[in-house]
Amino acid sequence: MTASDTSARPLVDREHSLFLLREMLRIRRFEEKAAEMYSLQKIHGFLHLYIGEEATGVGAMQVFTQQDNIVATYREHGQALARGIPARVLMAEMFGKATGCSHGHGGSMHFFDVSRRFYGGYAIVGGGLPVAVGLALADKMQNRKAITGCYFGDGAVAEGEFHESLNLAALWKLPVVFLCENNLYAMGTALERYQAQTDISRKASAYGLPSSAVDGMDILAVEAAAKQATDYVRGGNGPYLLESRTYRFRAHSMADPDLYRTKEEIESWKKRDPIVLFERKLRELGLLADSDLGRIESGIAAEIEDAVQFAEASPEESIEDLLKDVGGQVAR
Amino acid sequence: MAEFVMPQLGADMSAGKLIQWRKKVGDRVERGDIIADVETDKADIEVEVFSTGTIEKILIQPGEKVPVGTVMALIREEGKPAAAEVPAVPREVAAPTTPVAPVQAPPMPAAAVAPPRVAEALRIHISPVARKLAADLGIDPATITGTGPGGRITLEDVQQAAQAQAAKPAPAPEMDRAARMRQAIGAAMARSKREIPHYYLSTTIDMGRPLAWLTQENLKRSVEDRLVYGVLLVKAVALALRQFPDLNGFWVGGKPTPKPDIHVGVAISLRGGGLVAPAIHDTDRLSLGELMKSFRDLIQRARAGSLRSSELSDPTITVTSLGEQGVEAVFGVIYPPQVALVGFGKIVERPWASEGQITARPILTATLSGDHRVTDGHRGGLFLAAVERLLQEPSLL
Amino acid sequence: MTKMTYREAVRAAMRKALREDPRVFLMGEDVGRYGGAFAVSHGLLAEFGPERIRDAPLSESAFFGAGIGAALGGMRPIVEIMTINFSMLAMDQILNNAATLRHMSGGQLNVPLVCRVATGGGRQMAAQHSHSLEGWYAHIPGIKVLTPATVPDAYGMVLAALREPDPVFIFEHATLYPLEGEVDESAETFDITRAAVMRPGNNVSLITYGGTLGKAMEAAVRLASDGVDAEVIDLRTLRPLDTQTIVNSVAKTHRAVIVDEAWRTGSFSAEISAQIVENVFDDLDAPVARVCSAEAPMPYAKHLEAATLPQVDQIVAAAQELVPRHG
Repeated sequence: MTASDTSARPLVDREHSLFLLREMLRIRRFEEKAAEMYSLQKIHGFLHLYIGEEATGVGAMQVFTQQDNIVATYREHGQALARGIPARVLMAEMFGKATGCSHGHGGSMHFFDVSRRFYGGYAIVGGGLPVAVGLALADKMQNRKAITGCYFGDGAVAEGEFHESLNLAALWKLPVVFLCENNLYAMGTALERYQAQTDISRKASAYGLPSSAVDGMDILAVEAAAKQATDYVRGGNGPYLLESRTYRFRAHSMADPDLYRTKEEIESWKKRDPIVLFERKLRELGLLADSDLGRIESGIAAEIEDAVQFAEASPEESIEDLLKDVGGQVAR
Repeated sequence: MAEFVMPQLGADMSAGKLIQWRKKVGDRVERGDIIADVETDKADIEVEVFSTGTIEKILIQPGEKVPVGTVMALIREEGKPAAAEVPAVPREVAAPTTPVAPVQAPPMPAAAVAPPRVAEALRIHISPVARKLAADLGIDPATITGTGPGGRITLEDVQQAAQAQAAKPAPAPEMDRAARMRQAIGAAMARSKREIPHYYLSTTIDMGRPLAWLTQENLKRSVEDRLVYGVLLVKAVALALRQFPDLNGFWVGGKPTPKPDIHVGVAISLRGGGLVAPAIHDTDRLSLGELMKSFRDLIQRARAGSLRSSELSDPTITVTSLGEQGVEAVFGVIYPPQVALVGFGKIVERPWASEGQITARPILTATLSGDHRVTDGHRGGLFLAAVERLLQEPSLL
Repeated sequence: MTKMTYREAVRAAMRKALREDPRVFLMGEDVGRYGGAFAVSHGLLAEFGPERIRDAPLSESAFFGAGIGAALGGMRPIVEIMTINFSMLAMDQILNNAATLRHMSGGQLNVPLVCRVATGGGRQMAAQHSHSLEGWYAHIPGIKVLTPATVPDAYGMVLAALREPDPVFIFEHATLYPLEGEVDESAETFDITRAAVMRPGNNVSLITYGGTLGKAMEAAVRLASDGVDAEVIDLRTLRPLDTQTIVNSVAKTHRAVIVDEAWRTGSFSAEISAQIVENVFDDLDAPVARVCSAEAPMPYAKHLEAATLPQVDQIVAAAQELVPRHG
């Protein structure tokens, strides 16, 4: 399929493609800006960037509906943006402002948006999986058609909670899509150094649930694999484990000097940058022109700029309200 | 002009050392280019630039260690109007950091400000509730044998001591407030007379000028803010104490302990009998208006029984005025552990000789009761003279 | 009023809740077919079926965390963790999720979850099955901690907890399950804010909760025959603590002995002692005393275990230390 072969039908819908590209670029530019803001000390604490993994966040999110629940990890900016939480609200949260999605209480690692059924934001590796199982349990017990998408990294696969959660979800046939974003490293430790069985998708068979692995740098492949997984789960068959094989181009967090990966490895993965790959594909199909890209980029730049200004200008929550939302205080 | 600053490269980074520049002045850079290498505690990091444009000026040289946020270079941005030059941020040279000099805390006032009650309670082991009861009953704990662990005086010990003492067998909770106060005052006064060698001085003060000033001053004030002449007296005493600090403080542990702050206790009589002398804190620093407000507030709270214990234990001197009662001169008993008491009588219009002429002048007799262990008549006399002088310049009070 | 045991009271409360609210369900190890490790849920599976009475795998973290998710999703789970000893396996979900989600989300989420946990030692269960860690839970902002010591509280606290919008932990001392008492099953409201004065007195306050209430009451009887009038307080709720009742009592008696089955160092008794000093200092006639477990892992042998746990003799002796000898 070449650009000159205009008689051929494109494999994908142009509007949808441009949407997917735009979504990935939004995340990319947002993360770059977050890194800049962190280096300027506007954002503090921990910051975990999603650069390189955009295809998984965006591709999989296409198959979840507004009624479905999403659980993510501390590396959640991509999923949060793809879920539709406005960039300005996320930036404000990272700036610690009252207008942030968690009112400045959570920061980069703890985004919550109940209206979009985005249930965090967990800093303990594996900590979100049981919660995802519970959300699915509630949907099933109340006969709701919704399913739960649970994003986690390869590191979580080592934690007991991964095994407990897959087992429980499979046992009770709960509608969970366990989405493992395997970027080959649990912080600074490579997969082959901490897993006796490095093929993560195979671990599902131990718990009697189906699984598959997909090239996480190919957004259309991810989207298709996610559709297959969610179709299965929506059919009331129980949970599914989808492993997306991807890579993060930046260090684990802003505090990580990245001493455990070689430049060569990083560069070779960068050649498979999901955004670059998709752009190339769309150009080849004649679906993307320079003007399209320019329009998309400038729109995103404006959105990011607005997000930063909004975050800067937003007020902080008053200290008097510190104890306001601590549970267990209501006297009955 | 955009600034390229030393970036925050990790939560615990406070400064970074520039290893080398990858670009030089005049080079064009794009957002995302690696512009420098920086050494941190953890590793050498390649640092990217966030602006697109031309490097205009380099401010930090390789080998320099600067705090996070320091401007390291200036970049003339493309497509942006040239902004005003930003002022240079002072650079910290990479030297071993000099330790910050420890902040000197202001010297604390001498410990153990004993309340003007009987219980000295410095080295006596007594439980809090027993201490309270002993004070209420006017019993000196030094006279009680403790039966608690380590010889601690317990509640029961105090109760038994009270019973053993003549005449009042009822335990404290049943005693009424006025009777308890009477006891406490009585015990304090007896102790004062027993232990403190008093000397007494008196002087007469022509109150013509201060009273005239006061009349004028009060015309300027609304009714609620009007001053009584008593605040002039108290302020004058407070200011005079600045010149005679040996009269402002306590006798503690067998020696004089003057205090840096001046808290004049003003004697207030209570309805139904009894007297309290709570402190007006930092009397010398209050304006007359503030002094008046404090005074009114203390009277109200004294009569309502809601004084704070710090107010009762803080006075560094006491002033008592019996002018209203028609007494001409007051020779008061010092409240231990204070070392002086100033008394004022009523203002009487008397025939007065001045420069050979006889006129009628409003005359006030002021007295000083002094602890002779701390001051002598000479000092006391000078102090009273200072009070008199201060009253003659009421606008300076 | 109906006579029943503590265990029957908990069961009756759960049964009532399960009948009246379809969102309520019970989840935990062996709560269904086994009938509950302590027979508390005996018969509930037959009455309510496997959807409402869920036997969980030995996965404390997953099933407690699932309880959190279920609560977020609109259900009212009662999660039973068999004993406080196993609750350590769920500690991450408890501390980092259940207790923090409300605050961390800026108030968007609340987790209406009830967690019932058997606790305590004294049955020769040895070191890994005898812990008394309620104090650790009472340390955490974001949750409530209840310690029913009586049969009416075993009943009422479950129902009160199910009405709370945030997580509630109910610690049931394992030795209390056969305790007999009376329950008013028609009661509609149940207080979980106040400590209870179980025996009024004037000379010393014996302050305790949960499994040691019985020992404190027995100590009070012995002290009375010795002329010492002890007031016994059942704290009932550790978080939020009813400081006022404690203060009122010690202000009156001037002396306090706190009885806590946890190890002495850093136990909840230290918190109570600190609060007494902060609030009632001027009314104290003696330092606050504590009777706690000895600083050792719980031994198996009967006499060693008895020497480790707080006993009536020790409570009596501690109280007598504080009260002056007459004559």
